[in-house]
Amino acid sequence: MSLNGSLQISLFIATILLLAKPMGTYLTHVFEGRKTFLDPVAGPCARLLYRVTRIDPAHEMRWTEYAISMLVFSGVTALLTYGIERLQHFLPLNPQHLANVEPALALNTAISFTTNTNWQSYSPESTMSYLTQMLGLATHNFWSAAVGMALAVAFIRGIARRESKTLGNFWVDLTRGTLWVLLPLSIVFSLALVSQGVVQNFKAYDTATLVEAQKITGADGKPATVTTQTIAQGPVASQEAIKMLGTNGGGFFNANSAHPFENPTPVSNFLQMLSIFLLPAGLAVSLGQMVGSPKHGWAVLAAMVVLWFAGTLTCYWAESQPNPLLHNVDQHVSLTQSGGNMEGKEVRFGIANSALFATVTTDASCGAVNSMHDSFTPLGGMVPMVNILLGEVVFGGVGAGLYGMLVFVIMAVFIAGLMVGRTPEYLGKKIESYDVQMSMLYLLIFPFIILGFAAVTVLMPNLGLSSLANHGPHGLSEILYAYTSATGNNGSAFAGLNANTHWYNYSLTVAMFFGRFMMIIPMLAIAGNLARKKIVPASAGTFPVTTPLFTLLLTGVIVIVGALTFFPALTLGPILEHLLLHAGHTF
Amino acid sequence: MKKHIVTACLYTAITAVLLGVVYPLLITGLAHLAFPAKANGSLLTRNGEVIGSHLIGQPFTGPAYFHSRPSAAGTGYDAANSSGSNLAPTNKALVDRVAASVSTEAAATPVPIDLVTTSASGLDPDITPAAALYQVPRVASQRGLPEATVRQLVISHTKPRQLGLLGEPTVNVLDLNLALDQLKP
Repeated sequence: MSLNGSLQISLFIATILLLAKPMGTYLTHVFEGRKTFLDPVAGPCARLLYRVTRIDPAHEMRWTEYAISMLVFSGVTALLTYGIERLQHFLPLNPQHLANVEPALALNTAISFTTNTNWQSYSPESTMSYLTQMLGLATHNFWSAAVGMALAVAFIRGIARRESKTLGNFWVDLTRGTLWVLLPLSIVFSLALVSQGVVQNFKAYDTATLVEAQKITGADGKPATVTTQTIAQGPVASQEAIKMLGTNGGGFFNANSAHPFENPTPVSNFLQMLSIFLLPAGLAVSLGQMVGSPKHGWAVLAAMVVLWFAGTLTCYWAESQPNPLLHNVDQHVSLTQSGGNMEGKEVRFGIANSALFATVTTDASCGAVNSMHDSFTPLGGMVPMVNILLGEVVFGGVGAGLYGMLVFVIMAVFIAGLMVGRTPEYLGKKIESYDVQMSMLYLLIFPFIILGFAAVTVLMPNLGLSSLANHGPHGLSEILYAYTSATGNNGSAFAGLNANTHWYNYSLTVAMFFGRFMMIIPMLAIAGNLARKKIVPASAGTFPVTTPLFTLLLTGVIVIVGALTFFPALTLGPILEHLLLHAGHTF
Repeated sequence: MKKHIVTACLYTAITAVLLGVVYPLLITGLAHLAFPAKANGSLLTRNGEVIGSHLIGQPFTGPAYFHSRPSAAGTGYDAANSSGSNLAPTNKALVDRVAASVSTEAAATPVPIDLVTTSASGLDPDITPAAALYQVPRVASQRGLPEATVRQLVISHTKPRQLGLLGEPTVNVLDLNLALDQLKP
């Protein structure tokens, strides 16, 4: 660990906290339909869209109609992507003549991008055509993020409204999130990325003549000479921008944000990390503004920052440690190198930016990576996994993080109510049996899917064990991480695991699908139920949700729920591997 | 229900064209106006022939060149197959591979860690200044150059942290080796 590393991390969080209020205020204006500076451009586009699609923007939806619209829209967009993948060989913009994607992989990918997961069982530059990437995948980066924001706003309305049957209009929220927020931000951000060297073109892959020809052992075992390098290209910047802003994380290239064409410089890296947290942080501030208690928004944001800090510190410390199994190498930090565990990390990012990126991308359900989590030290690699296991609420995905966090808020005020023996209230709404039941359902579905699938995979040796790249406890970590990432809709991976098999493609599809939609439905049910309630005036017995005590309680609930559920599995994976590493074991 | 499906289909069709066609084309147009070389991959040419990209690493293994990092992309630095090794710290394959790399560096003193580990992309264009300086005596003796000259070349090719703060200091291996070839082929 170095002073400079700590400075970079501090600069990052300071910038996020500075941007949170202006971003949040803007989001509040957008979703409350107030005046914004983009109205002259986005307004006419939206009105045209409503007219053509015959949407009545004044129509208000109950939670059930809101949910049905969202599900139908997600279904239609998933089908479109599946179709494009299956037919890409016959469609334009395929200069490498890549074949049609086979059904299991196409299904997995369509669901993966629809659910904002962006799990990738494939290597994009050798699997997906330019058209598939831009029309089949990047579109989902917009849609799934806009859906997430719409859902979060619907939930906030459930808290804010009184004696109301409705939560807003899904199509209007979707449109405003896209045209007022995601698209304009993406245009600016993609140009900033190109200025750093991110590519944006439609040409066939370039062939370069190597400066020094290389003698290698060919695939047939005979010696061969490599004299050229094929350089993959594509419309990367436009996809990269929304990949980060929408906390999607699906890379244009296999190496994702570690690839120099996706993330060429420390500045592009800094901007990418900012863009992951920008909207989730803004939405937390928006929450406070929309429910009429700005301090509550900051109290929730504070809980997120506390958990982010704990993760970053742990990961940065762990990755700065030398690997005790390597000999005659210099792993110490100095003025000329960042030292530490450099396997699977890029020199321009070093240890600090790799650890920070890994924490940020898994706190938010982004899943882009600028270093390979599979090669992290056992404890360093446990941080991204734990971040997802906490439920993707530490900032969380665009929208999804906030509504996940609000479920924890309900649990926190419920527990506070139990402690003092009163009916819990949240911002004037009585939290009753139905709300707590739905919250518990939300919280239990998540570990049920993760641990269930991981257990089946481990117990059935013919299903998935041959996909492992690493053995011993790390093998368990690879499987656990895969289902954690899919269910949490994160999309990052311990990427040594070969997930392009029928078992993983189908089981991860199920995990991603239920991890998104099975959790949205109880969440919307709570929102619909809260909206109907009266406001009860605050009394001396009301637990305030704007204080540091509330932040502490909320953080505690998140950590305790996560730890109680997953600690046994973690002891058999990363914790055991840590002990064995320091005892000198290899696998 | 039928109404919902019709709305969803129309909405999907229109926004797909906007977000999946118009938007990337707009960005491509603007990018090519503002940053044409970067949008096309920061390619390097010598005598009219493309010899690589500033941003994409190349394999260098001969004693007269500064070595780049080991690579897990294809057979090494395959820029159509970016990949890390994904080996765990406890994997015997990692420990053995690093030991082999250490021995090819003919190490009398401990080798800087980045020079014997694979990067995340397999295309890392950089090594640390530590790794470049470590190789100065070998390269200087192979090229018949004074060590001070080669060391000076490394120092002049060391890129400091961006804006004086972000990232880590780096040395671009391709740029450094091209400069070396110019200095004394």
